[in-house]
Amino acid sequence: MTARTLYDKIWDEHIVAQRPDEPALLYIDLQLVHEVTSPQAFEGLRQRGLKVRRPDRTIATIDHSIPTTDRSLPIADPIAAKQVAQLGVNCAEFGLPLMAPGSGHQGVVHVFSPELGLIQPGMTLVCGDSHTATHGAFGVLAFGIGTSQVEMVLATQCLLQQPSRNLRVNVTGRLKPGVTAKDVILALIAKIGVGGGTGCVIEYSGEAIRGLSMEGRMTISNMSIEAGARAGLVAPDEVTFAYLKDRAFAPKGAAWDAAVARWRTYVSDEDAVFDQEVTLDGSALEPMITFGTNPAMGIPITGSVPEPAALQAGVERDSLVKALAYMGMAPGQAILGHPIDVVFVGSCTNGRIEDLRAAAGVLKDRKVSPKVRVLIVPGSEVVKKIAEAEGLDKIFLAAGAEWREAGCSMCLAMNGDMLQPGQTSVSTSNRNFEGRQGPGGRTLLASPITAAASAIAGVVADPRSFA
Amino acid sequence: MKPFTTFESALAVLPMDNIDTDQIIPARFLKTTTKEGLGLQLFHDWRYGKDGAPKGDFPLNRPEAKGAEVLVGGDNFGCGSSREHAPWALTDAGFRAVVSTSFADIFYGNSLKNALLPIKVTADVHRQLLAAGSGARVKVDLEHQTLTLPDGSTTTFPVDAFPKRCMLLGVDELGYLLQFSQEIDGFEAGHQAGFDTRAKV
Repeated sequence: MTARTLYDKIWDEHIVAQRPDEPALLYIDLQLVHEVTSPQAFEGLRQRGLKVRRPDRTIATIDHSIPTTDRSLPIADPIAAKQVAQLGVNCAEFGLPLMAPGSGHQGVVHVFSPELGLIQPGMTLVCGDSHTATHGAFGVLAFGIGTSQVEMVLATQCLLQQPSRNLRVNVTGRLKPGVTAKDVILALIAKIGVGGGTGCVIEYSGEAIRGLSMEGRMTISNMSIEAGARAGLVAPDEVTFAYLKDRAFAPKGAAWDAAVARWRTYVSDEDAVFDQEVTLDGSALEPMITFGTNPAMGIPITGSVPEPAALQAGVERDSLVKALAYMGMAPGQAILGHPIDVVFVGSCTNGRIEDLRAAAGVLKDRKVSPKVRVLIVPGSEVVKKIAEAEGLDKIFLAAGAEWREAGCSMCLAMNGDMLQPGQTSVSTSNRNFEGRQGPGGRTLLASPITAAASAIAGVVADPRSFA
Repeated sequence: MKPFTTFESALAVLPMDNIDTDQIIPARFLKTTTKEGLGLQLFHDWRYGKDGAPKGDFPLNRPEAKGAEVLVGGDNFGCGSSREHAPWALTDAGFRAVVSTSFADIFYGNSLKNALLPIKVTADVHRQLLAAGSGARVKVDLEHQTLTLPDGSTTTFPVDAFPKRCMLLGVDELGYLLQFSQEIDGFEAGHQAGFDTRAKV
């Protein structure tokens, strides 16, 4: 039998049918649903008189458009309130479970689901959200889809798909202190570009990846889409199994042992051939930060902003000039010491408990700069509960940061949490596109510890100075 | 969906790489529960000033781009989020095709499902279109997979046979998928779920 990659194995196991010269029907084991990309899909089902085929393989939550303020108050924005209410109506009508605020499990769609043990190796998973790539950390083929496809999966549990190409990213060596999963993925995207993974599924391997927790692996897989890849993958190992054990939806007893034995087969064969391979020396990485308006515009934190004059005339140079003008950055300037107004710790990239612990480790017994507004937003109600049990909320509040309710918050400026025009943030989220955090807002992407260090300094700061 | 027919149109040229879906339609406009009306907010933060008035220097606001049904963007067009609101906004604003040297995967797939044809061209053809500028006319023929350039020459573009057929006939993929219910039943019989998401936790 031909040697296969992890991606090939999951793909092969989920093909329902394929007619000659037509795309394959790929079976989807689990669909995650949220309020923003689903209303038109449910409306489509109604118009066609269709039911949800597998409500038992579907689960919903509310994250993008709900405020992260006091949950006992109604949602002030009437359009957001209507969208949130509509998801409740749709789930009730179609018989879908909904992890609503107050359920104890509401959260960012990519944070609440792994916590429940819903994400298990070898599965296929989709959601109307590009950061669905997060779940590849478990050796799950997980990718974002549009609303038309949300409707298709609700109706048939299948999607029409063409196979992707296999790209292996080998991160060698051990990460130095102060260098996190976020720095690895920002360094990779800076290296291969925002289109570097187009048409590919990335499998992350190597010592640096094996040394990461599930939270760290999720951070990396999450941003696969920022390199243009549809999905990321990390082969499951003991770290994966230890994370899953005893979680609500994980198998129990004899079924657990059988599941682990099966999960161990979800690795690329040793002689599997990848269409493309990239190596990153993990031991040489520094903390990373972005300076521009796409996630590939990243540099080591001790570095300086590139000079457009060094590029040949053309669209690329024009894009850099435009980005620096938008960001208020001078060509060649050091990024350390660049003034900031806001720090955001949260999102599907870095809103998990480990991220909050890391930020709290820097903020403990320190004060944030009086010039800086700091938002700490747990990724889910579960993260919030654990953080409070550990006293992290008290550390944040004592430092002068805001401790908020679970949601997407300032990652995408559609729930009230946003930058004012001209403000600069250091953000642990995933996109620094123009206006992503609010019209005219400027976003510097970085790790939770770099964000926390910058919050204290009031300017971009090196987390290693606060170790 | 209506069948996708051959058409001639003026170009609207937006010569920037990595035009992301947050520029095409900012997230704060995604609170809608319908597909209609998003064209008004297409490229909102580039297109309108702080006072809400259209910016005269934004390429799509210029008179020569008026009525254009073909948008020319830079490399890696449509990167970022999976929001189908991006092609909905483009089609609502009257666009029927987007031309670029490359497209982000999800945007590409979403466009094909919404009668918006993504046309991938070589860097050479792309330069010709940028040079011709907004207002220059092209002809789009999906059936023969050809784009007729302003100088009258013709270039071909790739498109998979299946979405092409769907677009030409104006049928959608869900209709096709629904024909497979027996095969899906058979697959599910041998592919049990490990859990039921409706279980109490």
